[in-house]
Amino acid sequence: MAMNRVSRFFLYFMLILAALYALAPMWVMLSTSLKTLDEIREGSLIAAPHAPTIEPWLKAWGTACSGVRCEGLKPFFLNSLLMTIPAVLISTLVGALNGYALTHWRFRGSDFLFTALLVGCFIPFQVVLLPMARLLGAVGISDSVFGLIFVHVVYGLAFTTLFFRNYYIGVPGELVKAARVDGAGFFTIFQRILLPISGPIFMVCVIWQFTQIWNDFLFGVVFAGSDSQPVTVALNNLVRTSTGVKEYNVDMAAAIIAALPTLLVYIVAGKYFVRGLTAGAVKG
Amino acid sequence: MASLGIHNIRKVYPNGVEVLKGINLDIADGEFLILVGGSGCGKSTLLNMIAGLETVTEGEISIGGKRVNDLPPKDRDIAMVFQSYALYPSMSVRQNIAFGLSLRKVPKAEQEATIARVAKLLQIEPLLDRKPAQLSGGQRQRVAMGRALAREPQIFLFDEPLSNLDAKLRVEMRSEIKLLHKRLGITTVYVTHDQIEAMTLGDKIAVMKDGVVQQFGTPDEIYNRPVNTFVAGFMGSPPMNLIPATLSINDGKLYAEITVGPTAAKRVQLPLVGFEMSRLHERMVDGAPVLLGLRPEHLTDTGRSKGAAANLTVPIDLAEPTGADTLIFITLGGVRCIARLHPAAVAAHDEVDLVVDTSAAVLFDPSTQNAVAFAAD
Repeated sequence: MAMNRVSRFFLYFMLILAALYALAPMWVMLSTSLKTLDEIREGSLIAAPHAPTIEPWLKAWGTACSGVRCEGLKPFFLNSLLMTIPAVLISTLVGALNGYALTHWRFRGSDFLFTALLVGCFIPFQVVLLPMARLLGAVGISDSVFGLIFVHVVYGLAFTTLFFRNYYIGVPGELVKAARVDGAGFFTIFQRILLPISGPIFMVCVIWQFTQIWNDFLFGVVFAGSDSQPVTVALNNLVRTSTGVKEYNVDMAAAIIAALPTLLVYIVAGKYFVRGLTAGAVKG
Repeated sequence: MASLGIHNIRKVYPNGVEVLKGINLDIADGEFLILVGGSGCGKSTLLNMIAGLETVTEGEISIGGKRVNDLPPKDRDIAMVFQSYALYPSMSVRQNIAFGLSLRKVPKAEQEATIARVAKLLQIEPLLDRKPAQLSGGQRQRVAMGRALAREPQIFLFDEPLSNLDAKLRVEMRSEIKLLHKRLGITTVYVTHDQIEAMTLGDKIAVMKDGVVQQFGTPDEIYNRPVNTFVAGFMGSPPMNLIPATLSINDGKLYAEITVGPTAAKRVQLPLVGFEMSRLHERMVDGAPVLLGLRPEHLTDTGRSKGAAANLTVPIDLAEPTGADTLIFITLGGVRCIARLHPAAVAAHDEVDLVVDTSAAVLFDPSTQNAVAFAAD
């Protein structure tokens, strides 16, 4: 008993230590963002703000300068939303359709196609930059939000297809056969039979894609026009643009603002993420 | 309702594997056809081809006299019950049954009437609003049948529908399927690897092996007159005994000479009652080796004999009481054989007196494994 209690104490001690270690940077960011510049200069890094102010947040959101524009993160935040939401939805839906076709409507060469798509998961961003730039230029959607959406959809397809393919392979083929005998076609089966049971993997895909696309910097900095830059690029510019004094509090607030949507997605849908990754065959 | 014709059907996969090598089967309107065979014999492929879920490489499938080779499944007027039941997991039982109807734009009121009729027939009314995950195996089976019944198909297709159920439920559902067929009279094709299901359900049985129909006939024909040793061994539980014997002809009468017991010390001549010289295959001459096919129930105790037989005293290797019968393992012709006896006849003996009903025997040619002689009727 005594031994048990000691080991239990040790266990919790280590867990709490690990949690504190992981949360420390978050705390420093949060407390710094609520301090005035004077307090930052005087106080210690990890002390709580004694006169909290939301001034830095307002500035980061509305008036801070990144480059020559002094409109804060707001317009870029909207750019990011405008880019991320369609890109996530399109890549997830097309990935679902791909996964469905690759598992339940096998055709000659479908296995090769899947392998080729898998390779797509391993291609580094940098490799596609130049060819993609040429392509976007040729199609006439470079420097626009459509170009960015296109790039993210194409790049994300490999992952979303893989996710859905591995999920749908656990769905018994007899389900599709039964629906065909009942008179359903390719899209009816997808929409009425497969999609309603795809909840968990849908969440996984959305979380994965949202995180990838929202956090992306490279594609944003290369392919976006000056008025379609995502928030990650703007954050970089904001932190690097200084007029005399370095405003740590504004930088921290801006960084938190830029990270907020992904945090929110994890908090809201996090439990589905694990559930979806571990979900096996559909019991029917 | 309709007849079903399968003519010279071949199926070759793109990788060159030939799974069906020219199948010919015809069943009349309302008949119950069983496709039975071991795994990989092509029975499920054939069923999928009838359903339109697999393409036909060569040959013709017709339903009600109309060629359906190139029709999609939904236009063949068939309904199918799958091994895994394949109930749509996101839909309630009611929606499962209605799915096919709504796709065919059946009016709502008519759908409701059909659901009510089917639910009543299968006694699944209390389950209508449940999801498949909330049903037991037997209930899912019923719903799957209900979904098929709702279509009022020309032909019913079953793909090993009972193999996921436990033994007790399987027997129950088996008789229910038979009852249903008797009431509705819908032409049915039923795939199974279980020979008892085949015997109990079928009007006609096609025994398949390696993509070839070995024998196509009534259960009675298949059981009593198997055309080769594969069919003889596959159908019946325990299977037919195949005893190596020597044919001897004496005074125009036929005998099978076999050794008895594990040491083969004793030889006996069994008169083949009812076999006629004139109907014998030309290779079956005096001294020719044959396989004497005898069902366990035709090797039985003296109390059960029906005359027309030869007597034999054999040492018992092992006895397996099953309740109604006791199966004893004996050695005849150097191979293990099974005899079916009344339990009282076996009690604590090392030896037993057997009656051999040779009038029910089948003679096989050991070189071709084909049947060469049956007793005259």
